[in-house]
Amino acid sequence: MNFVALRMLTGDRAKYFGLVFAIAFCTFLLENQTSIFANILRRTASQILDVTDAEVWVMDPQTEYWDQTKALKDTDLTRVRGVPGVAWAVRLFKGNPVAKTLNGKFAVSLLIGLDDATLSGAPRKMLLGSWQRLREPDSVVIDQAGYVLLFPGEPLELGRTLEMNDHRVTLVGISDASAPFLSVPVMHTRYSEAVNFLGRERTQLSFIIARPLPGTSPEQLAANIAGATALRARTTQQFMWDCIRYYLKNTGIPVNFGITILVALLVGTVVAGQTFYLFTVENLKQFGTLKAMGVTNPRLVGMILLQALSVAALGFAIGTGMTATFFEITLRQLATRGMVLMWECAAITAACIFFVAAVASILSIRRVLVLEPAEVFR
Amino acid sequence: MIAATGTFAVSCSGVHKDFGQGETRVQALRGIEFGARFGELTFLVGPSGCGKTTLISVIAGLLDRTSGDLSVLGVDMDGLTPGERVLFRREKVGFLFQQYNLLPAFTAAENASVPLLIAGIARKEALDRARSLLSTLGLSQRTEALPSQLSGGQQQRVALARALIHEPKLVICDEPTAALDHKSGESVMELLAGNAVHPDRAVIVVTHDSRVFHYAQSIAHMDDGRIAEITRAQHPREARV
Repeated sequence: MNFVALRMLTGDRAKYFGLVFAIAFCTFLLENQTSIFANILRRTASQILDVTDAEVWVMDPQTEYWDQTKALKDTDLTRVRGVPGVAWAVRLFKGNPVAKTLNGKFAVSLLIGLDDATLSGAPRKMLLGSWQRLREPDSVVIDQAGYVLLFPGEPLELGRTLEMNDHRVTLVGISDASAPFLSVPVMHTRYSEAVNFLGRERTQLSFIIARPLPGTSPEQLAANIAGATALRARTTQQFMWDCIRYYLKNTGIPVNFGITILVALLVGTVVAGQTFYLFTVENLKQFGTLKAMGVTNPRLVGMILLQALSVAALGFAIGTGMTATFFEITLRQLATRGMVLMWECAAITAACIFFVAAVASILSIRRVLVLEPAEVFR
Repeated sequence: MIAATGTFAVSCSGVHKDFGQGETRVQALRGIEFGARFGELTFLVGPSGCGKTTLISVIAGLLDRTSGDLSVLGVDMDGLTPGERVLFRREKVGFLFQQYNLLPAFTAAENASVPLLIAGIARKEALDRARSLLSTLGLSQRTEALPSQLSGGQQQRVALARALIHEPKLVICDEPTAALDHKSGESVMELLAGNAVHPDRAVIVVTHDSRVFHYAQSIAHMDDGRIAEITRAQHPREARV
């Protein structure tokens, strides 16, 4: 009878494609909006996640997220290095100087100062140049999006100059740093240079990044450091979630996206659910005929569930394909770089879609179960 | 086992069927005395609303009667559970509906094969048997056509094939010629008389169409929920009421 169920489903092409595309559209909306939301939140921690050589971040106890820093004392670095389980710990500077080009274009930038000796904390991927050239005086590495922002329409090339805090700096590399929450250029330089490019303050140390010794977990090391120094120490993942939670709690982003996602869910649910429900109701005569001819209620329930499952699976697959195509197209756009279809969003969407299909099925099944087979004579 | 022609396949005695309760109660059947024999075409005729459809629904096990005795193919329908009643219909009863009730997405052969598919017969075998039966009914060239591509008479033949393909002991036909012109109606009745009537099978036909009464061996006249008269034809096709 599976053949009968599927043939009933696909027989009316217009209704069938209407059903499939209603679910595909709903899938696209949900996956697209949830993924963009998740990717934007992830951007709040982009520069944390870009640091792959350290696993623990140490900061002022009052620091809640990446953009909120209060300088540590230089002696804090020594204290952290003295904590058991620390393989190494180095300084990391974060500031927001204004970078100007020679033709007057300028932008507030995100400047990250890496440990002079080790250059620890740099993103892995370079598009042009090399990290080692940061050892040259007054040198910076800029990310591609920042380069395009400051030198629009010009080819990627090294040796260009910028001015920061009356310092002339030279671009020695173009990196593929992850997009920050705000679309500002991301620049990396040595710690000792960075403090000059921003203007001296009494203390400069934004973060200490550390790596645990083999056998010590990042969580354990973070607890050790916090206990020994009274500073705030978080693993990379913990710090990422701190940032995400901060933005969720203190900005309107979740409300705005939440409304969009809710509308997508409602529209998708109503369209897909109602279409499937109407499809079954319009086929009541056929179900009644089958019932009169000796098809049992459990078998009819199985047929309707099979129809719902088939439509949901196909609609979800097409919708996911549409979403994946969307992100594939936008992945290399500067404004949306790094945004991908997250598997968690696809999983949540799948749960929603199959829930909608199940609800529509249950409502339809009820109509079929209470259908009197004698109705076929009327 | 072949049932003896002339013995009753369906036997109703004092059958009542009420719909609703109290002031809204409607007595659709009021003490039906009726029988349909194996090997015969039994017609059930009468004005609209007299209870014909209710009676065939009760006989087919689609509706429960309120009271009275009913034996169908030797089975007391009261003694069957709902599940057994479904199985009984599946195996023993064939239906021919006024509006044909063909599945629109299925070809003629697929429609005719549905009772076999319901019974769990493999699709290929079911389709082969359906094509063979459709050829017998004069539709060998139209087995792969959709219902929308068939004339009313052709659709009714497909519906007849569907009613007969699982070789039921009882065939119930609801106004099989109502939607057809005279010629097509005659053709369908010829096929029904020639293919459905079998010593081991009873055929009950509900109809308004007096033009086809001459096909009946027995005609039960219904009025206001009762059997008013039963006429038996000595020579079917010559009977006139």
